[in-house]
Amino acid sequence: MEIDRLDGRTPNQLRPLACSRNVLNRAHGSASWCQGDTKVLVAVYGPKAGTKKNENPEKACIEIIWKPKTGQSGKLEREYEMILKRTLQSICILTLNPNTTTSVIIQVVNDDGALLPCAINAACAALVDAGIPLKHLAVAICCCLAESGYVVLDPSKLEEQKMKAFAYLVFPNSVLSILPEEQLQVGGEPVEHGIITSVTQGAMSVDDYLHCLERGRAATAKMSAFLRKSLQPQLPIDSSKAG
Amino acid sequence: MVLPDASGDVLSEMDVDAFRRLFPLRFFETHLVKSTRPDGRSLAEARETSSALGAVASADGSALVKIGSTRMLAAIKMEVMTPSKESPDEGCIAIDFHMPPICSPTVRPGRPAEAAPVVSKQLSDTISSCGMINLKELSLISRKAAWMAYLDIYCLDADGALFDAALLSAVAAFSHLQIPVVSMNDDGKVVVLSGDHGGKEPVNKGKRKLTLSSIPFSLTCLLHKNYILADPTAEEESVMETLVTVVLDSSGQLVSLYKPGGPVLAYTSAIQDCVALTRQRARELQTILDEVTSSMEVD
Repeated sequence: MEIDRLDGRTPNQLRPLACSRNVLNRAHGSASWCQGDTKVLVAVYGPKAGTKKNENPEKACIEIIWKPKTGQSGKLEREYEMILKRTLQSICILTLNPNTTTSVIIQVVNDDGALLPCAINAACAALVDAGIPLKHLAVAICCCLAESGYVVLDPSKLEEQKMKAFAYLVFPNSVLSILPEEQLQVGGEPVEHGIITSVTQGAMSVDDYLHCLERGRAATAKMSAFLRKSLQPQLPIDSSKAG
Repeated sequence: MVLPDASGDVLSEMDVDAFRRLFPLRFFETHLVKSTRPDGRSLAEARETSSALGAVASADGSALVKIGSTRMLAAIKMEVMTPSKESPDEGCIAIDFHMPPICSPTVRPGRPAEAAPVVSKQLSDTISSCGMINLKELSLISRKAAWMAYLDIYCLDADGALFDAALLSAVAAFSHLQIPVVSMNDDGKVVVLSGDHGGKEPVNKGKRKLTLSSIPFSLTCLLHKNYILADPTAEEESVMETLVTVVLDSSGQLVSLYKPGGPVLAYTSAIQDCVALTRQRARELQTILDEVTSSMEVD
């Protein structure tokens, strides 16, 4: 049972990815990330001195400002800000710059589905560009579930509306390590299979969700390879040593 | 856990309360290794839950829910509106979640709490995606009049698992909802009838209750190392930061699996454990809800 997608993609096919870094002059780090027609621009400022009220001064604080394409930011934007903040907090090494604030400004340029995953990927690239210390990268993907139980990856806006449920999933990227593989596993599963963030909408069975997880993991492996490739050339000259 | 000698001496003489404040993580971990929690619960055990219907007399439906000391007051106000052109025979639900300064020391007056819009969005997403309420039932006259249900949830005491308590209170308030009687007046407008009917024929006779199909039940779990703590308190949430909220409906479908970041990664086994805990909790909540609604019918 094949499913026909509007743009003729196969269910597992992602839209073309494009990532450019250092696109803004004044920002300490910036990136733009495109997935098909969805495009997000991210600027990172910081680390700046001091944390906001109610934040732990023994750790670095991350502030997210989400700017929608048009109009005022509402509840949806607030929720996205919170999810992004918690997601980025989990990949940053917060204890290296205590009592500082890093501002991450997300500007939506165009929304054609899978907006939050696109923003997370963009924010990751911008943090790397700004040189903020990270434990690892995060790769985000949107999985959609059709009425027939079929899973479709990286949907466009039209597809997103037609589906019965979707899940935004964020995984850590695969690490290059000299350690033997067994040591990188947690309870029999590789580290990159752990979920950093999961947001779902619409009812589905638990098995369908697990199926989404599987497909999402397979796709993020490809995306993390792309992310690694697009971040590599701009690294300092000693990239030959890193090998 | 091996402590350095010097601090070991200090710790042995230290007061429990001081230890709890100074080394909150270590305090909780010493409990966790013994599979217990500071309030005497086991790891998978939720706090005592109770609910009362009809707490607000002026509202059309209301409920007060307590999970441990987390307390939520939900109230529904019905208003007649003109339905939108896109969905002429459907009503509408507007959900708002409020966190007044009374609920927690971190909320300051004047500045809205960070969590409030997030919980409010999560609630409307959950209630719309589980299909608990058929919006067609909120229609009065196609293209002319439909109900707008304003659901407001006030957090009176925020002691962790806010979303769980808010969702339970929303469900309880909907089960208590009595739709007011309306009739058409001489100008062709739909008005709410008060007290005696004034000789006019009500528009919605015999349609005073909403049928709730597939009710959503949620459980928030806290992940810390390999431990899974069900229904965390505010203190536990602030010390160990990885939260997973699972929402299942009464037919066992997964309505939402919500994990906004956090330092601990969730592997498939942890996800399955959380789902299993939620399944158990859904049964508990179902009985609580059944008890409270059946006692209402007796009255």
